Order: sequence, then C-alpha cells, then structure tokens
Amino acid sequence: MHTKTIAELAAGLRAGEFSSEELTRALLDRIGRLDPQLNAFITVTTEPALAQARAADRRRAAGESGALTGVPIAHKDIFCTLGVRTSCGSRILDNFIAPYDATVVEKCQAAGLVMLGKTNMDEFAMGSSTETSYYGPTRNPWDLNAVPGGSSGGSAAAVAARLVPGATGTDTGGSIRQPASLCGVTGLKPTYGRVSRWGMIAYASSLDQGGAFGRTAEDVALLLQVMAGFDPRDSTSADQPVPDYGATLNDPLEGLKIGLPREYFGEGLDPQVAGVIEESLAGYRRLGAELVEISLPNAGLAIPSYYVIAPAECSSNLARFDGVRYGYRCENPRDLLDLYTRSRGEGFGAEVKRRIMIGTYALSAGYYDAYYLKAQQIRRLISQDFRAALAQVDVIMGPTSPTVAFNLGEKVDDPVTMYLSDIYTIAVNLAGLPGMSIPVGFADGRPVGLQSIGNYFAEAKLLNVAHRYQQVSDWHRRLPPVD
Amino acid sequence: MSLGSAEVAKIAHLARLAIGAADITSYARNLSSILELVAQMNAVDTTGVEPLAHPLEMAQRLRPDEVSERDRRERFQAIAPSVEAGLYLVPQVIE
Repeated sequence: MHTKTIAELAAGLRAGEFSSEELTRALLDRIGRLDPQLNAFITVTTEPALAQARAADRRRAAGESGALTGVPIAHKDIFCTLGVRTSCGSRILDNFIAPYDATVVEKCQAAGLVMLGKTNMDEFAMGSSTETSYYGPTRNPWDLNAVPGGSSGGSAAAVAARLVPGATGTDTGGSIRQPASLCGVTGLKPTYGRVSRWGMIAYASSLDQGGAFGRTAEDVALLLQVMAGFDPRDSTSADQPVPDYGATLNDPLEGLKIGLPREYFGEGLDPQVAGVIEESLAGYRRLGAELVEISLPNAGLAIPSYYVIAPAECSSNLARFDGVRYGYRCENPRDLLDLYTRSRGEGFGAEVKRRIMIGTYALSAGYYDAYYLKAQQIRRLISQDFRAALAQVDVIMGPTSPTVAFNLGEKVDDPVTMYLSDIYTIAVNLAGLPGMSIPVGFADGRPVGLQSIGNYFAEAKLLNVAHRYQQVSDWHRRLPPVD
Repeated sequence: MSLGSAEVAKIAHLARLAIGAADITSYARNLSSILELVAQMNAVDTTGVEPLAHPLEMAQRLRPDEVSERDRRERFQAIAPSVEAGLYLVPQVIE
C-alpha cells in the first residue's frame, strides 16, 4: 500500500479495497520500522491518527466521504495542531502543546485527511539541510550520509521514503522546493497569500507561504485543492477564487513558452546537475514546448537582499518567545531581563540566534536605510525582472538547487556557504510568485530537481506542466534504497 | 563590514539573547561574513527605486472594531511556565 500515490489510495478507499484504519496502521508500522534511521518525524501521533482513520471509515460508511477522506498525510511541525506538541524544531517550543489548529490543519481535517504526525525541520524554518533541528538531523532516504535539504526536510524525506503519500511544508526562501529536489519528490510553493498563514509559526511574514509535497503533481494538486483559499484570520490572505486544479492537469503543452534565465545556468551550477536539467528540457521540447533564453539581471542580488529582509522580519516575529506566556523558561531567573535573555539564549539554537542578531542590527538606529530600505528597493528590482520575463513566456525553468544533496555536516558550520544552496529559489519568494520542483533524474546517485516558476496565482499551470512531464517520465516512481 | 566582540555583545543585548563569552568570537566571525554577503547589495544603484514591502502590493484589510475572540484564558494559561490567579508570574520588577 505504501507505494501508492494519494490518487491511487483515494481510489482504493472508494472501491473498498482497504479501510483507512488498515492503511493508517500499515503506514504507522512503516514509520515505526524505518523512521529511527531517517528521523523524518518529531512526533508520531499514533492514537489520534487511528481515531481519525476510524472516523473517516465511519464517514465513508455513512456516505459522507469526500475525495480524500481517509488518506494519511503528515504536517510540518510549524503548523499548530490542537493538543499536539508543535515544536517548530526548537528547544524553546519543546513543551508547547498548541491550544488551537492552524487553518491548514483545520482544512485538512475537514477534508477527512488523517494526520500521522509532525515532521522534522530546521529550527524555525531557518536552514537548508534540516540539521539545525533541536531533534537532530533528518537523513536523505537516497543516501543516509546526505542531508534531505531544508527547512521542510522531514516532510520531503517522509514522502520520498514512502512513510506518507503526502505532507505539508512551508517555503520562505526555498524550504519546499529545495528539499523536494534533494529528496526526489514533487513540491509546490504557491503564490504568496494563496494558503493561509494563520497558525503557521511565523519566520519572515512577507515571504512565508505554506504548500505541499507529494510524489506526483496530481497528488500535489489534490492537496493544494484542500489547503488553498481565502482566510479572514490571515490579514495577507489573498481573496481570490480557487480553481479546480485537477481540471487542467492534462492540458496539452504544444506552444508553451518556457523561459530559461541565463543567470540560472552559469557559474556555480554543478555540471552534472546542468546535464540532467538539459535532458529534462529536451523532454519538454518533445512535448511541444518552445524554449526561449531570458534574463533576470538582478538574480545575483536575491541572496544578499533576502538575508536582510528575512532576518529583520524574524527578529521582530521571534520577539514573542520570551519565556513568559508559553515555551521554555530558564531555571531560577534573577530578574526579568535575566529571564528574557537566558530563556531565549538557551531556547534558541545558533542559526536562529545569528538571524535574530542580523535582523536586530539591520533595524537598529542609523542602519535602517543602508540595510532594510536598500533590500526592499532591490526586492522591487527582482520583482520587476520576473514581471518582464513572464510577459514574454508562460513559465520559467531551471535547476531548483545548484548541487545534489550534500553530506551531513558538510556546510553546517559555514552559514554563508549553506545559504548559497537556495540561490535559485529565494528570488521567487521575494517576488511572491509560485514555484515548483519535480524530480528529473540523478547525479552521483542523488536526485536532481527541475524548478518551474509561474505567474501570480498560476499554480494550475505549474501543476499541468509538471503533470504532463510525469506522464512521459518515471523519475517520480523511483524508489530510494531504504526498506 | 566587520563586527567586533563589543558590537556583538551590544546586538545580543538589544535582541535579549544571552550569549556565552566563549561564543562571542564565533558569532562575530559568522555575523561579519553574513554582512559581507549582504554588502553585495551596494553594487547596484537604487536611487529613486520605491521599496517593495508586500510582494503583491495589497493593502492590509480592515475589519469592524468588534470583539471576535472568545475568552480562552484557561486554555492559554495551561501551557504557561508560571501562573497564579489568572496572571502570568515573572520575577519581581518593582520593589
């Protein structure tokens, strides 16, 4: 059962081939057997999962089931789950039992999806390898010495290892697309505002966006259908209709114009990764697409401006973790200042502290114009580059990440080198556009992902473009060696 | 752009983060290398470019000034480190 896609599992449940309880037990067993080596989960919610599965079976028996009733998924541990620990990968929230459900969690539950647990992640979603988690690193199912990418590395690894058919994630600078690429699964970061941020622990609020992982574009379309939509509780939620993502999956690609930014194929791109990407683009040409060279002249400024904007927003967002109302509190505080500084100093890990300090510095008196204002001006230039490019082409394509998965420990002590892993994904968040990664081959036995970037609210187009490729390739069906 | 130990200690204080004396140098080194990366922004002239704060340039929605949340003090305080009589406890602030 574990090798079936969400679409196949939903069909099996509908046809009565197995119950949700049987399916849920089978996957929980698999998690119990394989997760000790992967560490993809922070919390496995065995009892609530079985209760949800039995409820789904009852709904089906009563004729009240929807398209995905009884299908198991996992949530990144950044989404608040009522009564279940929501740690965000941090010691400071290790004892935090969320008092409410995130909108995304609520919507998934309403659709009858069964939550198997909460997946591992870089602390507060700050990282590209899942190594900054308080709960230890997740390992890549394709090679246990390799990182799964990050920050949503637990979700990507769990889907790749067939522990769950789908999972949620969040993407602030590449945190869905880059781990999808490194683990050989399909991942979509929707347009900023498409999926509600309510109950999703904030890192950088003008960039954060929830999305989904699956093995196929069809599965991601099914999950996005459940997750997307206007939410009055999120002040930046987009009040835009949600299309039927399944309806256009099979649209032909004849005449599709694909833009290839020359800045995404230059220095820094691993030659083997480049070769795999070229082959996948040839596949698109055979599907009838036209490839056009384009330019995103300010692409090189994306990482520098991101590492002002994201830290500035995080220094403000993470001020709420003060040891007073919830979360970790230090032992025997001498006074209020000691309580704040030691609770935060002991509760946050090194990378989170680095980013809070960079943000605090950039926003401090006398530096605002040189850093934050400058970064926001560059953000506009980057956004204008994309608007100009997307006026000429339907989608933009290139590698998701410049290399395949790197080894554990390889970059963790050198933050700037780690940041470069997101060189092709970060600009998309600055512009607020939707982006997707699909598996298109291997280099050195590790997966390579192809990124596609679409216009605002063009998720249906990206899913269609990915689905057509998956109809003529089998990279997404390859099984990693864990078992 | 390079930060010294004294500057790092000052930033840590502003951010309310206790950083051990032994770690200050490594933070100074890492933060300096991040600021060096950030300094690449200076290569482009942005005179007259309007800053972009929201990717879709949407205005914040307003709502009527009405109570929309129920009182859930008990549920919220059940996860607090220290409470008494419905109040959050911290070390004494005023003598």
